[in-house]
Amino acid sequence: MNKKKQATEHIIHGIFLVLGLITVLCVLLITIYLVISGIPAIREIGLIPFLFGQTWESTATEAKFGILPFILTSVYGTAGAIVLGVPIGFFTAVYLSKVASPKVRHTLENAVSLLAGIPSVVYGLVGMMVLVPGIRKIFHVPDGASLLAAIIVLAIMILPSIIKVSITALDAVPKEYEDASLALGATPVETYFRVSAPAAKSGIAAAVVLGVGRAIGEAMAVMMVSGNAANMPSLFQSVRFLTTAVASEMSYSSGLQRQALFSIALVLFLFIMLINATLNFFLKRSKED
Amino acid sequence: MSNIITAQDLCLWYGQFQALKNINMNIPENSITALIGPSGCGKSTFLKTLNRMNDLVPGVKITGKVTFQDKDIFAKNQDVNDLRKEVGMVFQKPNPFPMSIYDNVAYGPRTHGITRRAELDEIVEKALRGAAIWDEVKDRLKKNALGMSGGQQQRLCIARALAVEPKVLLMDEPTSALDPISTSRIEELAMDLKSKYTIVIVTHNMQQAVRISDYTGFFLLGDLIEFGKTDEMFSQPRDKRTEDYITGRFG
Repeated sequence: MNKKKQATEHIIHGIFLVLGLITVLCVLLITIYLVISGIPAIREIGLIPFLFGQTWESTATEAKFGILPFILTSVYGTAGAIVLGVPIGFFTAVYLSKVASPKVRHTLENAVSLLAGIPSVVYGLVGMMVLVPGIRKIFHVPDGASLLAAIIVLAIMILPSIIKVSITALDAVPKEYEDASLALGATPVETYFRVSAPAAKSGIAAAVVLGVGRAIGEAMAVMMVSGNAANMPSLFQSVRFLTTAVASEMSYSSGLQRQALFSIALVLFLFIMLINATLNFFLKRSKED
Repeated sequence: MSNIITAQDLCLWYGQFQALKNINMNIPENSITALIGPSGCGKSTFLKTLNRMNDLVPGVKITGKVTFQDKDIFAKNQDVNDLRKEVGMVFQKPNPFPMSIYDNVAYGPRTHGITRRAELDEIVEKALRGAAIWDEVKDRLKKNALGMSGGQQQRLCIARALAVEPKVLLMDEPTSALDPISTSRIEELAMDLKSKYTIVIVTHNMQQAVRISDYTGFFLLGDLIEFGKTDEMFSQPRDKRTEDYITGRFG
């Protein structure tokens, strides 16, 4: 009996191991596949013209494959979303973690979770119907589908992860710190911003990096509101992101064009890897604190 | 000697539970008052009422009166932050902020609007000297306070409290987490400080009360059983329960 039980344990452990390895295997396969399929186009076009070329005309007779507009659009778009989303998310997190009554907190946290659960195509749809015409009217531009619209949509989309991770970090600040601050005559608000938030700074930094990751990887919603033209980025112009560059041409691409799309995906993948490494760095540091 | 703090018929409830019952106490200025009693007797609760830290506990209800420098601390026009500036507190567990030693001490003054570097430097040095820790830390003011020993951390917390120039220092079992040597340093420090400050200290350690305090209050199940001069209380307790407690028959 005992032996039989032991054997079952071993088998189950084995199954868990295999299941765990599937994830690792997927990551490995994707990495290898992207590197292999992304390199040829870069070789042919040349790394510098590819990364820093300012024109993307993949279907012209004299095709040009410069992805600087996409890189900059992704960087600006993400930065814009962070500039808008982080203050809102951070203040919301401080409010929910420190100020709100349990009832309010519960309700708002559910709303935030719901926000996280909305599919990105819905964000895109609402952005298309509300934001794009709104921008056109408010700023008197010919077309509202622009970098600005994408930034606003992204800012909203990254809110849930920023809020949730920041709340976790702020909740973990020992109450003793806050008591000490209050006992020195600091007001509660002074205490939140001068003691609680600095004590949670690694966790909050992780929240921001997570937001960056979300924003740079998003394709569907930004494709629907950004107009998708391969311009150098400008706030009120139609722009194309790294993600949308791949998504919008893949279906009809061929030859070098198709290979170049893989190269774009590789660049995007490297960005995400970098962001993940940064995230791990902050998470590790926040655990050590 | 005049009384800096007085409590009159002070009652306190946590929800349905009455933690303090009709406490009357006069705390004389520039003295050390020790609050003793078994766990859960209300001595810490009483201490935390004096700087209104109990306000932060949900469901707390207080009746009666507490005055600080003849002013009702629960009066509508009493700013609780001003009160806490005047009535500082040192906690049971050393709780320096996760910042540099300098920033810890400068936290209070900065919060109260002092930003000039030279002025802050002066305050920080004075407070650290006041807490008898200046010589140990003067060369590493920029180092994180969490790297110090427990006893140093507690003296840093005292320095941090002194930096806002309070009149009263409340100490909630400040040595219970410390080793004997650190404990005796804190005790010496408390005795030095009473020339400038009034100290109220909660302690589990009756020898500590005898060693350092001028007055002692004995709490039991929310009642203040006896309050008086420490040497008198420990040599001739008036109440049988006080005698039983200080002779170690329960507690």
